[in-house]
Amino acid sequence: MLRAVPVLAGAIMVVPVLAGLIGTALPAFGHFPAAGLAGPSLDPFRQLLAWPGLWTAVRLSLVSGFAATGLSLAIVALILAGWSGTRAFRWVERALSPLLSVPHAAAAFGLAFLIAPSGWLARLLSPWATGWTRPPDLLIPQDGYGIALTLGLVVKEVPFLLLMSISALSQVDAARSLTLAQTLGYGRVTGWLKVVFPRLYAQIRLPVFVVLAFSMTVVDVALILGPSTPPPLSVLVVRWMSDPDLSMRLLANAAAMLQLALVAGGLVVWALVEAAILRTSGPWIARGHRGRVQSGQRLLALGAALLVVASVFAGLAVLAVWSFAGPWQFPDALPDSLTLRHWIRHSEGAAGSFLQTMTIAALSTLAALFLALGCLEAEHRHGMKIAGRLLWIVYLPLLVPQISFLPGLQTAFLFGGLENGLGVVVLSHLVFVFPYVLLSLSDPYRAWNPRIGTVAATLGASPGRIFWRLRLPMLTRAMLTAVAVGIAVSVGLYLPTLLIGGGRVATLTTEAVALTSGGDRRAIGVYALMQTAAALLPFAAAIVIPAWLWRNRRGLLHG
Amino acid sequence: MDRGLTLDQVRISRGSWTLVDLSCTIPPGGVLTVMGPSGSGKSTLLAFITGTLAPGFRATGRVILNGQDLAHVPTDRRRIGLLFQDDLLFPHLSVGQNLAFGLRPGGSKPERAARIAAALSEVGLAGFESRDPATLSGGQKARVSLMRTLLSEPCALLLDEPFSGLDPALRSQIRALVLQTAQRRGLPMLLVTHDPEDADAVGGLRVMLGA
Repeated sequence: MLRAVPVLAGAIMVVPVLAGLIGTALPAFGHFPAAGLAGPSLDPFRQLLAWPGLWTAVRLSLVSGFAATGLSLAIVALILAGWSGTRAFRWVERALSPLLSVPHAAAAFGLAFLIAPSGWLARLLSPWATGWTRPPDLLIPQDGYGIALTLGLVVKEVPFLLLMSISALSQVDAARSLTLAQTLGYGRVTGWLKVVFPRLYAQIRLPVFVVLAFSMTVVDVALILGPSTPPPLSVLVVRWMSDPDLSMRLLANAAAMLQLALVAGGLVVWALVEAAILRTSGPWIARGHRGRVQSGQRLLALGAALLVVASVFAGLAVLAVWSFAGPWQFPDALPDSLTLRHWIRHSEGAAGSFLQTMTIAALSTLAALFLALGCLEAEHRHGMKIAGRLLWIVYLPLLVPQISFLPGLQTAFLFGGLENGLGVVVLSHLVFVFPYVLLSLSDPYRAWNPRIGTVAATLGASPGRIFWRLRLPMLTRAMLTAVAVGIAVSVGLYLPTLLIGGGRVATLTTEAVALTSGGDRRAIGVYALMQTAAALLPFAAAIVIPAWLWRNRRGLLHG
Repeated sequence: MDRGLTLDQVRISRGSWTLVDLSCTIPPGGVLTVMGPSGSGKSTLLAFITGTLAPGFRATGRVILNGQDLAHVPTDRRRIGLLFQDDLLFPHLSVGQNLAFGLRPGGSKPERAARIAAALSEVGLAGFESRDPATLSGGQKARVSLMRTLLSEPCALLLDEPFSGLDPALRSQIRALVLQTAQRRGLPMLLVTHDPEDADAVGGLRVMLGA
């Protein structure tokens, strides 16, 4: 029984991706029985290449992906190099951790409401500094270069990469290595970059790849912060997928295939850059420059981290203000009055979406938790380890762009007689939730002291009794954290709900993103805050519940 | 039927390196002390006897407890008790629940509670049932840990440097307590230690590993 769980889990990650890719590839090559078309043909690709805005869309995808990944990694490396182990760093870490669970869409809306011509920044500076008495005519956000889109990604990917790095740092003996380098006369930043970063990067390489693949293909953030004529390639796919003209489906699937090729090419290019940097870093390290005075770099790093924290928190604040805002004219910094009217007006719709969101999140996360526990216990008892080379399986659904396999998966579900609906949406969420739940639970599960199990076995406890009575209770905190991570991932998912649900399943995320085009800031404020709450509350529960449960167990309070 | 714990030509190796090569019988109430520097295979021998030997080791020979060959018996049916250096009390359970976890199933609720209370008072900890194990002193933890093992009614007792975490005064006191309680129950004991003072104090046979 237990031995079957890792196999099942592997199948849940691999089969939908492969089936989806096949389901996308067939129409991309002109095979689409639903529209009476039989392939193979290259017409969809010819049509795609002839589409006038294509290269701009491709460029946006590439630029926002590489810029967001490079910038996020640079900020994370600098903040760690300059501050890891200090009191300021612990503060930054504490401020960034909750940001991880703020949904991408909510963070993007917040940023948009800050930097728009009629946003909070312009209001705070007007008219006394800018002289504006009406919003200037600037295309911000949604600028044609994708700068706003890139920034919107950076504020979310910095917390992700930083927290991945922090958990990897303990495995590379970072603190002692840095001290050693410093006693050899190296400056903090240079010393850290030379002795810690190469080892750390090897540990966080897959997460960096995930960030690159995600940033190149994100849809919800691009709808909110990206340009629209033309939008990035991924948005084009969604737009064409929802076109009532069925022949546009072929174009959409061809574009999805192009997106897959772009991500594959992007990952290869990134790996080549890695190799080039590795080649030049050897001589750089060997030259022995100590790089003594680095307060400038350290301040820059701290400034960048604070900017990330401040923009998300200020973004959430401005969303809150808008959701309660009465009449609010430019350039007033605050609305004339506050009102509950918008919350009351949207309460019914938002409550329904909230319930739907939580149902999907709870079901997919519980399934993921059972699978993850089964995998880890099978690893413990039978040595069936999902690690090393097999770790790629876990990362597969995160690396293959959603936009490339979800259209095909939708077709595959329909082909298999599975109607669009809650069940298939939960299943599609599970594909993305499970990797995060497994990754979150693995370290604490493996770190559990195995001698406790040995002692219990010599006391006559069976493996099952050890699992239920000792291991699970002692891992309560880790399990609740994994559940919170899973729920946050599910709450934030946009594309699976939209495509697999066939537009019939409405979560807070799909509803909030759908409000983008209307531009009703008060409604967006309500939905984005609800979305954030849905993702954040489980984390609060993961802190409060163990503290209450173990209030009389000192040995577990700080585990 | 032979009473006691017999190690019959036990040979444990890793690659071409033989760590343990041992034959002996520990009679009920008797002690075998296994000594040697760290890395000499002391803990490996204990893992072999409890049936938790890590993969990568090759072991031959038999472990016979009261006439029964333990080769294919899983750890939880071997009835071999184990005390580690650290107490390894389960942190999420109270002292009483820890003991109840060890106590063999059976008996009514009041009977079980009475046995736990008796075990606690046997080691001078009467009334400690509801305490959080994290709030106990080192000596108190060691005593709870001992009674938890004994309540599981083992037929032999393995001691993996159980005294080395304790300060000297407490050390001899706990050592004497373990020795007396185990001898009173007629348990064969195998003590692993690197401290000659432990070996002198318990008497009995003595083996050096890695010498």
